[in-house]
This record gives sequence, structure tokens and C-alpha cells, in this order.
Amino acid sequence: MSDKHAKHKPKYTLERQIPGAFEGETITRRRFMTGTAHGAGAIAASAFLLPALGFAIGPIFKSDPKRWEVVGTVDEFPDNNYIPVVLTLAPGIGEAGKTTVYMRKFNPEIDTDPYDKNTPYIAISSRCAHVGCPVRWVDASERFICPCHGGVYDLLGRRVGGPPVRPLDRFYTRVTGENVEVGPRFSVNSQLRHFSPRLPGEPLDGIGQYLYPSTPGQKI
Amino acid sequence: MPKLPAPPVPAPLKAPPPRPGKGNGATGPLDHAASAGITVVDWVDERTSLSGAARWMLFRKVPKGTNWFYALGSATMFAFLNQAVTGVFLAMYYRPDASGGAYESIRYVTNNVFLGQFVRGMHKWGSSVMVVLVFLHMGRTFFFGAYKYPRELNWVIGVVLLILTMAMSFTGYLLPFDQRAYWATQVGVNINGTGPLLGPYLSNFLLGGSEFGATTLSRFYAIHMLLLPGLIAALIGAHLYLVAKLGTTAPPWKKADKPQALRETEV
Repeated sequence: MSDKHAKHKPKYTLERQIPGAFEGETITRRRFMTGTAHGAGAIAASAFLLPALGFAIGPIFKSDPKRWEVVGTVDEFPDNNYIPVVLTLAPGIGEAGKTTVYMRKFNPEIDTDPYDKNTPYIAISSRCAHVGCPVRWVDASERFICPCHGGVYDLLGRRVGGPPVRPLDRFYTRVTGENVEVGPRFSVNSQLRHFSPRLPGEPLDGIGQYLYPSTPGQKI
Repeated sequence: MPKLPAPPVPAPLKAPPPRPGKGNGATGPLDHAASAGITVVDWVDERTSLSGAARWMLFRKVPKGTNWFYALGSATMFAFLNQAVTGVFLAMYYRPDASGGAYESIRYVTNNVFLGQFVRGMHKWGSSVMVVLVFLHMGRTFFFGAYKYPRELNWVIGVVLLILTMAMSFTGYLLPFDQRAYWATQVGVNINGTGPLLGPYLSNFLLGGSEFGATTLSRFYAIHMLLLPGLIAALIGAHLYLVAKLGTTAPPWKKADKPQALRETEV
């Protein structure tokens, strides 16, 4: 075994036969010089690494602006069937920033869940709650059907078959004058309770709402 | 050095032959030109000592029974080099513009650029080839037991390279920005989001926000062409260094030769 593991080590580098040792140099002095060099290198590296890292992960912590968009007039939407409208989620990138939303007037006979009060219109997102493919409203069977993996939802957007883990997302709606406006997205659990929006594939029942927190950009 | 044929010059005009012991046999400009390559290599080697490294890397002892399965690693590396070279040239035309420019630039490469369809095809199909070769190489390593001591670290580096290759495939898939690219990326990002606790943050990191937005495409492009290739190249370097340092393994069906003395006693 080498003497670097010995209990009592001499104070001078010369006595410990360290390469490059010189007369009178103590191990503390040598350690201080080494630490200074390493510290200076670490500061220089973090001077460009930290800003770059912050720049890259910054968007995670940025909250999105609330946008309201006019999608039609009050008498355009029936209360027992859905009309598709196109909504812009991310402006400035054309088709890639748009999504389809299925709109229907609030109907007290269908929308009996307590969480749906004060909602003049029901706006259901076409983003499947499985992995985000676009669902389509099939009038004949009164179902939302996803083409990718066979998710099926009923008139209220609740899952009735396939892999989705929660109902379809919704959007807040409001009426200004004659216009119907669609606002921020929100997610619902199987009782249609409102939550800050979650990504598809993230369950909201039971422990799911804690395992899949909404990120700052999604908070509403 | 072999002697070059003398040019057909009349005898009186010929230079006199060198006196014995003078020069190195290199007299005419042709001789100098012929030895120029050696001179250049010598000049570089004298200043870098690279020939030692090259010998160390290339003239290794390999075990008996080394066969074509051992070429799968090199094949994977050449698939990566193919991706790197074709990718650089595709980058000369590609525009990471989500409002239609990306799709348009790919369409332009495919339909209008000379050999564009071919080079794009090499990149597109080469990516699949690389993934297949990575798995074959991994299978070879596993079934030949080549991951065992002292080569465990090389296995770990290889697994990281596998993950990085998958990340390359994922980020590259969005770049054509057609319907398939867009929806496949939506699905892929959402699958990332299904990891508990950190999943939603990972998704937002990939998207550059909480929705597919203006910077998502350029983010994927930067990861695909700058971040990941650098990491992969560096790790391939480490992988190769360890292969050269530790040597390759014999195939499992090869038994070790008995020492000479032992063989003699048996006879």
C-alpha cells in the first residue's frame, strides 16, 4: 500500500516526494493553489454554462398569456350537437399553431354536472387525452373518436372506451355582445371537475393530479 | 524506393549519374515528387508523433476467431458518418420555419436540387439503417459476452449512445414538418409527459413552452444538428478508445489455446 493512505503525513511536499515539490512548500499551500486554479476554471465555465442552461429551460417557467378569440355568434351553435371551430393556440406559425375545438351551447338537460355552471357554451378540445391525436365528432354515433389508438368519448367528452386516461380537455367560453369567445384551456377529471391544463396521457383521478403537476406555463 | 523509368532524353543531355555516396538516390524532380508524400507525413509526424497513436489504434492484436460480426460496430460508425455528412449538406437548404418554410425547403431539396432527393434519401433511410445496426451491434456484444469485465464501462457508453441515437431519430422526425412529422411529435412529446412528476416539465422543455409553438421546431433542429451530434461524436471517441485499449474478445466458441508445455506433456 502506498504511503498516501498513511495516518501521519509530513507537512512538506518535499518530504512526501510529490513531483514538482520544492523547498519549503507545504501541502496546504499546494492545495490552496490547486483549489484556486480549479475554482477559477469552474467560475469561467459557469459564466457561460449557467446563462445557456437558463436560456434553454426558461420557457418551462414562463406563463402563457391568456388569449380570448372570437369563434362565432351566439345563435351559431345548437345545444344538442357540436360545431367545429378553429382556434389559434400559438400565433405566428400558421397551421401548426391551430387546433379544432368542438362548440355547443350549454344545455341544462345534458350538462347536469355541478362544475359546468356559469358556462354559456361548452368548448371541447379535439386533443385526445391519450397521446394527443386529433379526435373527430361522429354525429351518427354521438361519440368523439380518435383515429390513432381508438379512444372513444361520449357527448360530454367523457371516456367510454380505449386508452385515454381522462375526459377530453375543455376551453373557457364567454359571450361579449353577440360574439362567443373561447379562452384558456382547462382539463377535467372523470367527474368533470376543473383543473389547470395537463398534457395528454396524464390522469387526474386520485393520485394522478399530484403525480402530474401542471407546469407554470399551463397554470390558469 | 523503386526506381522511376528514365525520361527519353538524348544521352548528351542527360544529367550525369550521382557519384557514389552522394545524395539519397533522389536526384531529379520526379524523384522528389514521388517522395513528397513521405516527406509531408514525416514532417507532420516529427512534430506530433501521431504515427505512434495510429499504430496503437490500427495495428492491434485481435483474437482468433474474429469474424464479420465484429464489423457491426464499424458499420454503425459509418452509418453515423453518413448521417453527419448528408446532414451537413441538407442543413445548407433547410429552414426551421414552422409557418410553412420548413416543409417548403424540404420540398425544394427533394424536387429541385440536383441529387437532393438522393442525399435526403440517404439521410432518411440511413437513420433507420443506423438504428438497426446499433441493435445488431448490441446483440453481438451481448451474445458474445463482450460486455463482461473489464468492458462494462464500454457497454454503458454504448447504452448512452443507443439512447442518443433514439433522441436523434425523435428530433429528426419533426424536421420535414408534414402531417406525419407534426402528429408523431405531438404523440412523442406527450408520451414523455406521462413520466410522473418530472414528465410535464420534460414535455415543456421539448416544446419550449406549454403548447407546440413558434420555437418548438427550431429547438428540435438545434438539438438534432448541434447538441446530439457533438455528444455522439465525443462518446464514439471514448467508445473506440476503450476498444483499442482493452482489445476485443474472442467469440465464445473459441477455447483458449493450452500452453506449449502442457501440450507437449499430453503427447
